Amino acid sequence: MLGYVIRRILYTLPSLFCILVACFLLTRLSGDPVDLFLPIDASEEARQAFREQNGLDRPVVEQFFVFTERVMRGDFGNSLRFQEPAVDLLVERLPATLELALATLALSVIIGIPAGIASAYFRNSPLDFTVRGVTAFGQAVPTFYWGILSIIIFSVWLRWLPSTGSGTIWHLILPATTLASTMLALVTRVMRSTLLETIRQDYVRTARAKGLGEMAVLLHHAVRNALIPVVTIVALQFGVLMGGVIVTETVFAWPGVGRLAIQAIYARDYPVVQAVVFFFAVIFVLSNLAADLIHAVLDPRVRLR
Amino acid sequence: MSAVTLTVARSRNPKLLALGRQLRSPVVLISLIFLVVVLLCALFPGLFAPLDPYHQSIVRRLRPPSFLTGQGNNWLGTDQLGRDILSRIIYGTRVTLAISLAAVIIACVIGTVLGLIAGYAGGWVDALVLRAIDAQLSFPVILLVIAVTAAVGASVPVLIVLMGVSAWPQIARIVRADVISVRELEYVEAARAIGASPMRIILKHIAPNVLSALIVVATYELSRMILIEATLSFLGLGVQPPTPTWGGMISEGQKYVQTAWASSVFPGAAITFTILAINMLGDALRDALDPRLANEQT
Repeated sequence: MLGYVIRRILYTLPSLFCILVACFLLTRLSGDPVDLFLPIDASEEARQAFREQNGLDRPVVEQFFVFTERVMRGDFGNSLRFQEPAVDLLVERLPATLELALATLALSVIIGIPAGIASAYFRNSPLDFTVRGVTAFGQAVPTFYWGILSIIIFSVWLRWLPSTGSGTIWHLILPATTLASTMLALVTRVMRSTLLETIRQDYVRTARAKGLGEMAVLLHHAVRNALIPVVTIVALQFGVLMGGVIVTETVFAWPGVGRLAIQAIYARDYPVVQAVVFFFAVIFVLSNLAADLIHAVLDPRVRLR
Repeated sequence: MSAVTLTVARSRNPKLLALGRQLRSPVVLISLIFLVVVLLCALFPGLFAPLDPYHQSIVRRLRPPSFLTGQGNNWLGTDQLGRDILSRIIYGTRVTLAISLAAVIIACVIGTVLGLIAGYAGGWVDALVLRAIDAQLSFPVILLVIAVTAAVGASVPVLIVLMGVSAWPQIARIVRADVISVRELEYVEAARAIGASPMRIILKHIAPNVLSALIVVATYELSRMILIEATLSFLGLGVQPPTPTWGGMISEGQKYVQTAWASSVFPGAAITFTILAINMLGDALRDALDPRLANEQT
């Protein structure tokens, strides 16, 4: 097991290196980075001074090492808009995003797993058809459209919930259900399809044959094993969720990291864009790592391969 | 009797027959008709659009749909600049479909070539491609596009290339798996035995077997690309206004959602039904051409 963990952690190193290179190249894609950081009408002296101050007159490889070393210290430079460190802005917005992500995760698991189990157990019943229809629809509707529809229904027409802002539990409901729409559909579908596989297994038939109650067979024998892929998917989706976070936070004006990213792009605030992209990408790699490790813990066959 | 069935079976391609059978399902038939209409809208928007999608009229801004109120000639209402929403949706199909289709084609070309090579060659080539697939599958497209558009700005070619490059791993994975399953079959071995070159074996003997799976996966990828394009234009990172895009219309409409729901609800419905129809068609293609793929989709 320890060997597997170490091997799997080492696998993330190339990914992390690629992310680092991508973030570094980001500001050099369009040619001279000075154009991105200084106003268009900056004088040639100011541009030269900026180059020297930021080491842009050095060789590119040396610049990359300087960049890497700064990133290791959590230094992405100052935001061009707010004149404070980009990382501080990110950390400031982090709790709001975390709140949203955890609420989404909870919703998907609490609703998706029972719905998937019921759908698989009562296969081809009206309940199953309803669940399948709703999940197919949930995966077809774009996240931002869910958000706007729910604003129109629950905020404009019914006046039950606020459409923007944050702070109370009431503010959290619409963004969390919106962000959960895709993940909930996925969890339900995976739970349903793996449980359908598991129910057919010999050990489930044996459990029934030795006279166990239907509930015990279902929950202790079938669901326990069918949960493994679900748990893996949830961990894996945590990274994908970050893409949805950007959209959802934009729709609901949620003061999180995703909205910071979009605002930074509009304002051409490159240090902040770099910091946020780096942050999301690292979350992504880590959630993949977590998914693999969880899978190995739950299913010993994986780590023996 | 048996002679008759035999000639019938031989006279038509079994896969085409299976496809025809799928069309008996009303859901598949409706999806197909809907998609044909969408495609025609993209090709000849002028024929379908009742009004000029760019014509502004401040006095007639944010009108509700005329099919509800019975007033005016704006079927689905007008947006914040008084432009006809239905006409803008119809013209919007063009941008969305063009970008998504082009991206899928790029993804198919890269994915098929790499998938064929990796599956046939095996060994370190296969390992290399697999690593690349894993690395890229584990990275969200939106993030990639945000990073790049932040630096070079959003334009149609940039979007197509980024989306296409981001989608190739899905295609390569399926193609590779299919190649591996036919590589060791006897007829491939026979071709090798009579001295056919690897190029000839891949193109003449293996590639045709991969086609079914490719068509199915490409269909699902198309719906994913449409979703991504809509999301990007909603975020303001896609094709810029005044060109009508579905996502962009929703984003503009959202500011007036308190008073006029039509300008964001209808473009969103267009996106949703298009994606739903393509997914239904994908399911039908899968069941007809390559039922094994049903287990691949999670």
